[in-house]
Amino acid sequence: MAINTDKNVYTVVFAAVMVIVVGSLLAFMASGLKSRIQENERFEKQQNILYAMGVNENQDEGSVSFVPTDKVEAEFSKYIKEQIVIEGDDIVKDNEAYLIDMKKQLALYKKGETPKLPLFIGEKDGKKSYIIPMYGKGLWDAIWGFISLDEQMNVQGVYFDHKGETPGLGANIKQRYFMDDFTGESILDGTRYAGISVAKGNNDPLNETKDDNEVDALAGATITGNGVSAMIKESVNLYKDYLQTISAK
Amino acid sequence: MALLTKKDAKLISDPLADNNPITIQVLGICSALAITAELKASIVMAIAVMFVLGVGNVVISLMRNIIPSKIRIIVQLIVVATLVIVVDQVLKAFAYELSKTLSVFVGLIITNCIIMGRFEAFALGNGPWRSFLDGIGNALGYGVILVIVGFFRELLGSGTLLGFKVLGDPIAKTGLYSIGYENNGFMIIPPAALIVVGVIIWVQRSRNKALIEDH
Repeated sequence: MAINTDKNVYTVVFAAVMVIVVGSLLAFMASGLKSRIQENERFEKQQNILYAMGVNENQDEGSVSFVPTDKVEAEFSKYIKEQIVIEGDDIVKDNEAYLIDMKKQLALYKKGETPKLPLFIGEKDGKKSYIIPMYGKGLWDAIWGFISLDEQMNVQGVYFDHKGETPGLGANIKQRYFMDDFTGESILDGTRYAGISVAKGNNDPLNETKDDNEVDALAGATITGNGVSAMIKESVNLYKDYLQTISAK
Repeated sequence: MALLTKKDAKLISDPLADNNPITIQVLGICSALAITAELKASIVMAIAVMFVLGVGNVVISLMRNIIPSKIRIIVQLIVVATLVIVVDQVLKAFAYELSKTLSVFVGLIITNCIIMGRFEAFALGNGPWRSFLDGIGNALGYGVILVIVGFFRELLGSGTLLGFKVLGDPIAKTGLYSIGYENNGFMIIPPAALIVVGVIIWVQRSRNKALIEDH
């Protein structure tokens, strides 16, 4: 008996069966691969944090290379001496602090609640680094990153990443030449907290002045650049009180 | 006995040359421009499309007699979307770095006109084996162009191939760089792919005049 595939009932039944079959197939696969994917994301975070404090495998100019994934866990526990969570006036140690989602904490802060702020204290060649996770908006979608500060509140390094900035323009925030510009800048203007702005038309395109709180912007990526400035300002601002206790020492 | 009959072999060989999806049908250009700055990404994209197109063609072909014609485009889309999610998740689990480079482009396989085109034009009217060959053939035709473009862009733009510094070290000034050679930064950006694809089309048409359309 040939099936009449033109009947409405058949069409509806076909669609329903297809959705159930495809849906269960995908659900089955997603739960099967979940643990591997989560592990990859965990490694990536560790790599990013280490990158910001200067632990990376950068060789030539221009390319960004992380610590390889098979070594990252060992390196992470070697260089990151302490992970703390700042919740209001409470400071607790938490070795899983790097898994805290900064997006949620920023949202809590904006609602007026107390966020749980992760901070990583690293040590390399006897120098301490305070690494702060950041989260913000670019032109199209989310941008995020890490900024590593020393005890004088100078930037040791940064790492930026993005979800969907324009390739060739905004996407260049994760290029070496942009990220390297931040190194050495101070987040303080005198003693006041100022952040670091991505500025165009500043008189210092080669970024020789390190105390002007400015780095040179990317051509054609004004909104992404503004997003980076706002992200640094907002995210680091949450840590202001804690950072003051460090620089006061 | 030959592995493939003459007619079947044509399904593979045609899209490689005289009926190439990129250079002749001018489909799939978006991804050909976007991801070919590196040879590695080109190869992975080609393999991913080959998987989606080969398997998708077979699935559509097997269902061709039971798919209600009213919703056949939606059914085709569901099949592509499912396969693309499979590719995406597998890449995320086993080749995370690569999945980040390809990120949106893996999703864009769904909208790659080559795939929907082959489903509609071929798989709906042919058996699974022939559909499979047609899928592989078209994906190869797509992949060959991607690899050629990726080869030239990575070689001329970064002086590397699959990450190996084949022309010497640009910083330490060894190899070609010692005599003043410089990488061409223009090759890294997407418009360069347009030029390379254009050159391929030119070369192909000047070798086979039958491909030149009358105007």
